[in-house]
Amino acid sequence: MPKKYDTPLLDELEKGPWPSFVSEIKKCAAKNDMAADELGLLEKSFNTKIGYWKHGGIVGVRGYGGGVIGRYCSIPEEFPGVAHFHTVRINQPSGWFYTTDALRTACDIWDKYGSGLTNMHGSTGDMILLGTRTEVLEDIFAEFSSRGWDLGGSGSAMRTPSCCVGPARCEWSNIDTLELCYQLTQEFQDELHRPSWPYKFKIKIAGCACDCVAAIARADCSIIGTWKGNIKIDQNEVKNYAKNGFDVQKWVVDMCPTGCMSFEGGELKIDNSNCNRCMHCISKMTKALQPGDEKGATICIGSKAPIVVGSLLSWVIVPFITVEKPFDEVKDVVRKMTEWWDEYGKPRERIGEVIERVGMRSFLDYIGVPPLPQQVKEPRKDPFWFFEEQDIESIKAKEAEEKKTGKYKF
Amino acid sequence: MSAPQRKTDIGPPHYEQFLPPVIKKNYGDWKYHEQLAPGVMVHVANSGDKIFSVRVGSPRILATDSIRDACAIADKYCDGYLRFTSRNNIEFLLSDESKVAPLKEELKNKGYAIGGIGYRVSNPVHTQGWVHCHSACTDASGLVKSMMDELYEYFAEKELPNKVRLAVACCVNMCGAVHCSDIAIVAVHTKIPQVDAAAFKNMCELPTTIASCPTGAISPDPATKSIKIKQEKCMYCGNCFTVCPAIPIKDPDRDGVAIVVGGKVGSLRSDPKFSKLVIPYISNEPPRWPKAVAAIKHILEVYAKDAKKFERVGEWIERIGWEKFFDLTDIEFTFQHIDDFTFARDTFRTASTFKW
Repeated sequence: MPKKYDTPLLDELEKGPWPSFVSEIKKCAAKNDMAADELGLLEKSFNTKIGYWKHGGIVGVRGYGGGVIGRYCSIPEEFPGVAHFHTVRINQPSGWFYTTDALRTACDIWDKYGSGLTNMHGSTGDMILLGTRTEVLEDIFAEFSSRGWDLGGSGSAMRTPSCCVGPARCEWSNIDTLELCYQLTQEFQDELHRPSWPYKFKIKIAGCACDCVAAIARADCSIIGTWKGNIKIDQNEVKNYAKNGFDVQKWVVDMCPTGCMSFEGGELKIDNSNCNRCMHCISKMTKALQPGDEKGATICIGSKAPIVVGSLLSWVIVPFITVEKPFDEVKDVVRKMTEWWDEYGKPRERIGEVIERVGMRSFLDYIGVPPLPQQVKEPRKDPFWFFEEQDIESIKAKEAEEKKTGKYKF
Repeated sequence: MSAPQRKTDIGPPHYEQFLPPVIKKNYGDWKYHEQLAPGVMVHVANSGDKIFSVRVGSPRILATDSIRDACAIADKYCDGYLRFTSRNNIEFLLSDESKVAPLKEELKNKGYAIGGIGYRVSNPVHTQGWVHCHSACTDASGLVKSMMDELYEYFAEKELPNKVRLAVACCVNMCGAVHCSDIAIVAVHTKIPQVDAAAFKNMCELPTTIASCPTGAISPDPATKSIKIKQEKCMYCGNCFTVCPAIPIKDPDRDGVAIVVGGKVGSLRSDPKFSKLVIPYISNEPPRWPKAVAAIKHILEVYAKDAKKFERVGEWIERIGWEKFFDLTDIEFTFQHIDDFTFARDTFRTASTFKW
């Protein structure tokens, strides 16, 4: 029988309507020594208001440099069950879909070798198995990989890509987020399992600008579905919305950020050339409006949390890219982006920070994307900029051409 | 018995084998969706097929036995399929409408929290905290549990002007999306790290440690073969501790939490936004963090009362102005609110058109 701890502070968190993580830990603690000591240790933290975990150590499985995060307790003599309490990251299936058989198999393996505690899921997307010992890591890996599962990313590597539910269950998805996520994960297996980059590199894929996976804020490479052309309108459904008390003028037309809509005589009109595809109208009138037919994605780069010189949202780099199987165009541009970052990045420098330090021009030049007004909110304001010789040469050539034709080209 | 033969670099299993038949059939061919009740929605395909999703909150930390319980329910009602969401909910997926009501009944009886869809508080994303992280300055799960017990009606039932995304990060590394959430908690240190000079020599690299500081507060200390930290330059980010365990920064009496608001990730109506600081420090008060929870509830309720339909927290604040936000919420404005870090100059007001 695992050791029992009195946990008056944690017991308090078993009351109330929201599901209790303490009850989860207790379920495991009733039959597992590691989980029992995890519970005791956490009660101690709640008492003393400090954590008792040391920095991660280097542990892992043969041939891989990541996927397992070493975790050791700083007071193992008091809580021997969590002396080692490593995390195993299992690469989730696209969109977090499972069969119950697959989940039960994962649970059985984890009960055999670990604490029984999981995170469904980790912040990056992996299935997280919380708490095991160094000596069983190879066994865990063999059990999972022989059944078709692999480890996720950790350290200075490609991290496990993740995606929204996409075309599996959403009418707004402009791209096949699930297949693209799967294909990119396969494409970068080596980079995912063997950390060789300056720092982490996260990919998140959202089917539309609603961004249910927070790609724009939480991924070095944010791939966000969008479209070109006209929003499809079903005027009969528009009338139904109006008839049923939905205020089309106030809640859709007046809230459109570009003012490109009008609603007169029961007909909704959109000036699509001024639409910025923000998704407000489509998300409010799901039956009446749908994204246009020419679908693709915008690739944005650079977002990250505050460490170390401030948080960043991703910047538009490729305004529109076709996203169709076998996704060669996307794979190529992502690979070029990581190559450039790997060339210039210093240790622990994310790609967004390198673009700031080295310059957007170097980055765009390398990946072969021209400068476009869609990439900036506004042009620079101060009169300091670089010219390369070729820039002046091309201006001079243009001017010479103008002299000949008598027509200016700005 | 020895373990089976390992394989490497196979990647995750292909998702297709986990998709319910109705999804496989209508993949990429959905027409619209509607919310039927809190936590329940239906997606209708162009073929006329429907899929019903029933969403339940989870504490993210799940015991294998709880996963098995959810599996048993999915076997009974959903032909053995289920999914998780990007915010750690479990979604039961049904193609048979007649099973939705009995499923909800069973979920309620078993204590599952149904909700989180639509203009409500959704499941908070959060980090590991004291449960499992070396750099935590609070417990994320404890905060989330305390907060959600108090806000439960906004998850399960009551509507708000728009969705409200909550998040908790147990340190400034922010493994959760705190920096772009409607209302969020980030735990902070408030004291400079203590240098253990003897341990430094064995555990840390001098150049790496110096380079880790974003404010240039760290310099070499040749006398002790270690480092010095300039008190007036240190902003307690803890990045030096991440690269050098010999300069611990955790302090039980001084670690606490801050509250940030107004962020979002979607592009609807307005661009994605960062969350901004509104309360710089509240002491850690486990097990229930009553003051932090009260502050979050207070901000949420002022928003619910004052915002226009479809305005997210950040959009509401930008419309009324931050000065008005501090006025309406009666939150004290302090030196901590005025930025003095990387992007500070963009936050200073450059027009006399403010409100009193």
